[in-house]
Amino acid sequence: MGRRLISGLIGVLAAVASIASPPDGAAVLHHEKSLYRNIFVYEEDGLRCMSFSRVTTARQSCMALAEPARLVFNYARMMMAALYLNPAPRRILILGLGGGTLPSAFQRLLPAAAIDAVEIDPAVVRVARKYFAFEPSATTRVFEEDGRVFVKRMQRANVTYDLVVLDAFDHEYIPEHMLTREFLLEVKSLLGDRGVLAANTFSVSKLYQYESATYFNVFGDFFGLRQNNRLILVRLGGLPSKGEIAHNAELLDAKLAPLGVDRNWLLPQIEIERGWPASTRVLTDQYSPSNLLNAPP
Amino acid sequence: MPTAQRLVVYLVAGWSGYYVMAIELLSGRILAPSFGNSIYVWGGIITVFMVALSVGYLAGGHLSVFAPTQTKLAGLLLIAAAATLPIVLFGDAVLDWLFNRVHDPRYASLIASSTLFFVPTAVSGMVSPYAVRLLATSVRATGRSAGLLFFVSTFGSAAGTILTSFYMVLWFEVNQIFTGMIAVSALVGFAALALRDGQAPD
Repeated sequence: MGRRLISGLIGVLAAVASIASPPDGAAVLHHEKSLYRNIFVYEEDGLRCMSFSRVTTARQSCMALAEPARLVFNYARMMMAALYLNPAPRRILILGLGGGTLPSAFQRLLPAAAIDAVEIDPAVVRVARKYFAFEPSATTRVFEEDGRVFVKRMQRANVTYDLVVLDAFDHEYIPEHMLTREFLLEVKSLLGDRGVLAANTFSVSKLYQYESATYFNVFGDFFGLRQNNRLILVRLGGLPSKGEIAHNAELLDAKLAPLGVDRNWLLPQIEIERGWPASTRVLTDQYSPSNLLNAPP
Repeated sequence: MPTAQRLVVYLVAGWSGYYVMAIELLSGRILAPSFGNSIYVWGGIITVFMVALSVGYLAGGHLSVFAPTQTKLAGLLLIAAAATLPIVLFGDAVLDWLFNRVHDPRYASLIASSTLFFVPTAVSGMVSPYAVRLLATSVRATGRSAGLLFFVSTFGSAAGTILTSFYMVLWFEVNQIFTGMIAVSALVGFAALALRDGQAPD
């Protein structure tokens, strides 16, 4: 009995150790257990990546070592479509830092913009600075706290933003209080005239329709872009026409090209999303089982 | 003590265990919109629940010295249920008020949890030691009945944790879960009153 217990414990410890071991076939530069997760930094095929798990499909953020300005992930390139809706945001809020990819990109693109970046995990901020060349400019502020709390505080202070980027979901976990009608209403109240919200989220699972219903409930029509990730785009005061988007895309083309953003790839993806069942339940602070809904079937 | 009444005492203790853990789990949901989901918020919540339970054990043990009855045990369950009602009715208002005044998530979480959850949790904590006293028939059997009671109440806690986190939040709104649990407490409490000494068959 005692022996069986001990061998069981050893099994568990071995499993835990394997979870904490580095990704296969990659050079690990850094590994730490933060307050919230395991953080791995590794290099592979000319990319330096941050991952919250040993599996490389769980990469949060990657930087091309030879061209640090280039956006490696589809989702990051899709995010730039937010600028097609509002080409020159002066105040930007980014919820979720990762390797600092998005703040760095916006700093380069819009040096005069005031950027607030919010990240719950202080270790992620440290790693972004040390390994991903994230260097906040004079107009960028970094806050280490829960994104929802930050949004609520800014709301009370009557602060507004021209662009809010929601990038707080990792490869498997959703902070459930950041996918509810009440949260989106708080974000909406932060948006100035023609303010844009761009949310990076999941493209497959039962959650998809709930998320659609919730965004529609708060904002009305929204654009949905879909690759491995899902990007939701909304604009206060109504979505722009195809013509306006194409016009902005053309204006921004030279600026966005070094980031690897091709308007011929991005523009056709921008479509108004429709077609979830009318009975789909809206997620609220009272009802938000997002992680259960997002679980693989 | 007749079997039916012993069963009622175990039922009260088991349900009380369920109740505490279900509330603790939901408390994270209730606090998250105002104070987030950081490790500090959970730290505050768990601290308050542990302190409340420890105070409850002390008070329940003390109360059991004075003419213990099943009526009073049922009363504890009903009081805990009544003390939960303010969470449903005034929870948002309390959190809103605190949000504007306390900015450190650690103290915000401690204060919010204490305000909303301390009383129902402490009263629930009184149930177990009080139930031990009701079940105790002889000094020799005290450890065994205490062991069985802790088994039932902690098993209830486990059930409250898994049912709430895996299923209830998928089917119901937070306030609906609270209201349902208050209703079950009332049901169990009044059943315990109806089956108290002298009225039970045999």
